Amino acid sequence: MTRVNLALLILIACVASLPLFGGAYALRIGTIACMYAIFALSWNIVGGFAGYPSFATAAFFGFGAYATAILLNKGVPLTVAVIGSLVMCFLLAAALGTVLLRLRGHYFAIASLSLVEVFRELVNNATDLTGGGMGLNIPLASGSGILADATFFFYAMWGLLLITAAVVMIVSASKLGFGLNCIRQNETASNMVGLNSTLYKSVAFGLSACFVGAAGGIYAAWVHYIDPSDVFDILYSVKPIVMALMGGLGSPLGVFCGAFVYLGLEEVVWRNYIQIHSGVLGVLIIMLLLFLPHGLISLRSGMFWRTAKHV
Amino acid sequence: MSEIRHEILHLSNVSRHFSGLQALRDVTISVNKGEVLGLIGPNGAGKTTLVNTICGVTPASSGVVTFDGKDITRVKTYQAARLGLSRTFQIVQPFAEFTALDNVAAAALFSQPGESLRSAREEARAHLAFVGLDAQANQSAATLTLAMRKRLELAKALAMKPKLLFLDEVNAGLNSAEVERATKLIHQLAAGGITIVMIEHLMKVVLNVCTRIAVLHNGQLIADGQPRDVIKNPAVVDAYLGQQYAQRNAARG
Repeated sequence: MTRVNLALLILIACVASLPLFGGAYALRIGTIACMYAIFALSWNIVGGFAGYPSFATAAFFGFGAYATAILLNKGVPLTVAVIGSLVMCFLLAAALGTVLLRLRGHYFAIASLSLVEVFRELVNNATDLTGGGMGLNIPLASGSGILADATFFFYAMWGLLLITAAVVMIVSASKLGFGLNCIRQNETASNMVGLNSTLYKSVAFGLSACFVGAAGGIYAAWVHYIDPSDVFDILYSVKPIVMALMGGLGSPLGVFCGAFVYLGLEEVVWRNYIQIHSGVLGVLIIMLLLFLPHGLISLRSGMFWRTAKHV
Repeated sequence: MSEIRHEILHLSNVSRHFSGLQALRDVTISVNKGEVLGLIGPNGAGKTTLVNTICGVTPASSGVVTFDGKDITRVKTYQAARLGLSRTFQIVQPFAEFTALDNVAAAALFSQPGESLRSAREEARAHLAFVGLDAQANQSAATLTLAMRKRLELAKALAMKPKLLFLDEVNAGLNSAEVERATKLIHQLAAGGITIVMIEHLMKVVLNVCTRIAVLHNGQLIADGQPRDVIKNPAVVDAYLGQQYAQRNAARG
């Protein structure tokens, strides 16, 4: 266990204490923060480790949300429904990945972006199953009170975040992570040394989709009502990329911090500049990226340890 | 060495075209175990395409490639690598952010089934020492000089435990001391029993290390045989070596 990973686990553990301090609003923000962190950590697998800029987060978030919602409506218990969505998302993404990940750079970005549109249209048109544009109601899980519900979904999302972080750490230290790192640096050379890059990229795409899908499932159960324009919102694809860039591409601790800082900014800006909040947020993000191009994580070496990078 | 002819690689009527451009035309050639085959020819003759075709980067449009008794015409690049075909690149292809050690470890890790990252790193040290890069093991590949990067390529290729090693212009861009050093390494490898196919423009090196020479011109094999016969071949002199070279060579005897 490296120091950075330990720091990440400690931070996640700290987040768990939130219900001790806050009310329903804090829990709502906490749940969203965990969800964003799941997005950012997941995106980091394919975007940060393998270097493929995916815009497909919203596609799998929506897919997971609908899969879970449909299963819940059929009377399947929540845990089973969420795990089912996770597995389906993994398989679906890995299969799509074998095709999409043949494209590189901008082409891959556009192709992954189109996945969101394709999924949304599919859901829109499968009216019998999904309710189409009318959206889908999801039965209340417990009904034992607002605060109890909020606490339950907060911990559900937090638990998923913990699992995601653990998997990301395991991947980054494993042969898979090493291989993805090779692919990001030089895919031609990777193939040449015997690395099955198609397989590695597909697994990476699957892993980056499955936790997002599970988060979508928890989200659907949490908000009780979903419609295509809500869960297939393209912002769900863009935000994790901004978070990862803000935090520090490739570093799990960095993107985790990026997610929380991003949400903090979003909330503060939204409260104070309700008319022009997206504009102000945009300016802030651009400033951060301009002055901190390697993300928040780059502050670490400069401020605390002062280690020279290249000797 | 060529008395015991044991074929390791065989190409029969291999052609490759890139839409209108015929890069390889009916190339039939075989490589025997333990040989050092020099592949020469003018720029654009198809030498690198030939290597790419064998390694599965640009599969043959027609013809058959057999390696170690297996048909490998349609195998993917990574599969060819695992079968024991390894290569260095004319334009070096390091994992720039990795240390020299991890570059070589990657080659050991992914080409050998069941290898762990830890054992791959251990093996990598030995290969780096062999090419004389042990002092640079923890330096990132981007900071190495060209000569060092060429040797790093070689260490990577060796970490794959190749049965057949392609060296694509390992000496291009090196100074004479560096060339000498690289030539010595190639001699050592050949003595160790690795079959080598080398693309090389420096005739001094070719004549020094190769046991056989094949000449490509416009995608066709125009000569194949003993070095001293091939360099006298009029077609080769016309296409590649030039009259001056032939005269100098004749004068030297």
